[in-house]
Amino acid sequence: MTLQNTEKAILIGDGRRSFRRSFRANVEILNHPISLVGRFLSRYGVLLGFLLLWQVASHVGWFNSAVLPPLDTILVALWNGVVGGALLDDIAISLQRSGIAFLAAVVVAIPIGLFMGQIRAVDRALDPILQLFRQTSALALYPVFILLLGLGEASKVFVIFWATLFPLLLNTTSGVKEVDPKLIEMARVYGASRLTVFRRVVIPAAIPSIFVGLRLSATTALLLLIASEMIGANSGIGFQVMNAQYNFQIPLMFAAIFLLALLGLIVNYALVLLQKRLCQWSEVSN
Amino acid sequence: MMTLASDNVRGQVTVRDLTKTFTINQKALTVLKGFNLDIRPGECLTIVGASGSGKTTLLRVLAGLEAADGGDVQIDGRSITGVGRERAVIFQEPRLLPWLTVLGNVAFGLEVRGEPRKQAEEWARRYISLVGLGDFGDAYPKQLSGGMAQRVGIARALTVQPEILLLDEPLGALDAMTKITMQEELTRIWSEERVTMVVVTHDLEEAVYLGDRVLVLPKERGGAIRFLDIDLPRPRDRSEPRFVKYREDLLREFGLH
Repeated sequence: MTLQNTEKAILIGDGRRSFRRSFRANVEILNHPISLVGRFLSRYGVLLGFLLLWQVASHVGWFNSAVLPPLDTILVALWNGVVGGALLDDIAISLQRSGIAFLAAVVVAIPIGLFMGQIRAVDRALDPILQLFRQTSALALYPVFILLLGLGEASKVFVIFWATLFPLLLNTTSGVKEVDPKLIEMARVYGASRLTVFRRVVIPAAIPSIFVGLRLSATTALLLLIASEMIGANSGIGFQVMNAQYNFQIPLMFAAIFLLALLGLIVNYALVLLQKRLCQWSEVSN
Repeated sequence: MMTLASDNVRGQVTVRDLTKTFTINQKALTVLKGFNLDIRPGECLTIVGASGSGKTTLLRVLAGLEAADGGDVQIDGRSITGVGRERAVIFQEPRLLPWLTVLGNVAFGLEVRGEPRKQAEEWARRYISLVGLGDFGDAYPKQLSGGMAQRVGIARALTVQPEILLLDEPLGALDAMTKITMQEELTRIWSEERVTMVVVTHDLEEAVYLGDRVLVLPKERGGAIRFLDIDLPRPRDRSEPRFVKYREDLLREFGLH
């Protein structure tokens, strides 16, 4: 019993120590506002430096400000585009295309992935053709989709769907296949049916891997969104990038590019947040 | 045949003519052959044997995790066909579900068996206290030390109130100090829960400390099994001469003394 208490004491002790550490950290921040600034700079300093360099270089004329306009011009263009409403329709249609495609991929890929991971025969039968599809660039297939579905929304949504499907499918499948068989055996000892094992062990264990797929797919969705909008569209953020370049509205072009970057960051952040909520038990990396 | 079960203590195991063969690289490897064993209701039987002697296989067959190739295993007179409600297994690793708290993990066995969550958790709390983790119901497995995690595994097995507790090198992964504490705990739990316990171990001292009897599996397959009755009161004192003598007897069985 004494040793058992030591074990507890160690755990509690750990807690106290980390409490003390965070306490000390707080005191330091209070005493030295510098350290807070320091922490901020160590994280975002390089980014700020890059933006500053851009602004200065463009202003001073180190490079052609018609090609690389200063940041304030770009921000003004972005402000006018969003608040003035010129870009709002494009944002809406882009979100719609990528959103529908991404959701369709989630609805299709996760159930199939879970099924494939669970049943060896299905996985064996489907894997070769999936590998072939996956290795064929979705962009190379885009002309095919246009032939089949026309130049309208359907082919754009489908090419995004196609490209987002595979990261999600393969990560879901591997997540299911990599569930520790010892945990499954443990559940079996308590008489768990196959369905119970699937519900209570396999799915929770696969969730971190599914999230890896979701985040990869979200990135892919944005990539394909832009590509498809550049090739055959007359609306959307990707179209605006291309169109602004044709019309030599360079600040607007950069505004659209920034918008895309922002969109990517927001989506990734939202997924990380969701993942942290759903699986506190596993390590989540940004 | 031995004298058997009074009506209130159950958990009697009868193994008759058990054969188990594995196929490894297309070669058949017979691990158990014509194996017979009687485990008395409520006793603590420890099983030792050289590696490859089939001790873990035997335990897995008793658990219903491996099907025998021949022979019969009966529990309280009924042949087993797989896992069963009257048995629970404690593995070398705690095998906790990392996404569940200690409470969730301990309640898991009962929930899987169809107990409503509230009741399952009520029982779980009781056994979490029994293994000395009363304050840690809300902790997650990654926050626990190895010894604590194994206690959670033990609590989970006890919560389903088995007649027979099968332990496969349950303390094999723990450090020496924790191991001694846990051996004392297992003895206490065993006497409180009045459960039949079968413990596979490679630690001869542990076998003497825990067991009413120690089963020594033969090195060569099909050879005779031997029993060592440990006639010592509990709690046992590892340094007393009779304890040391039993340990030496066991060492001699393996030609190590």
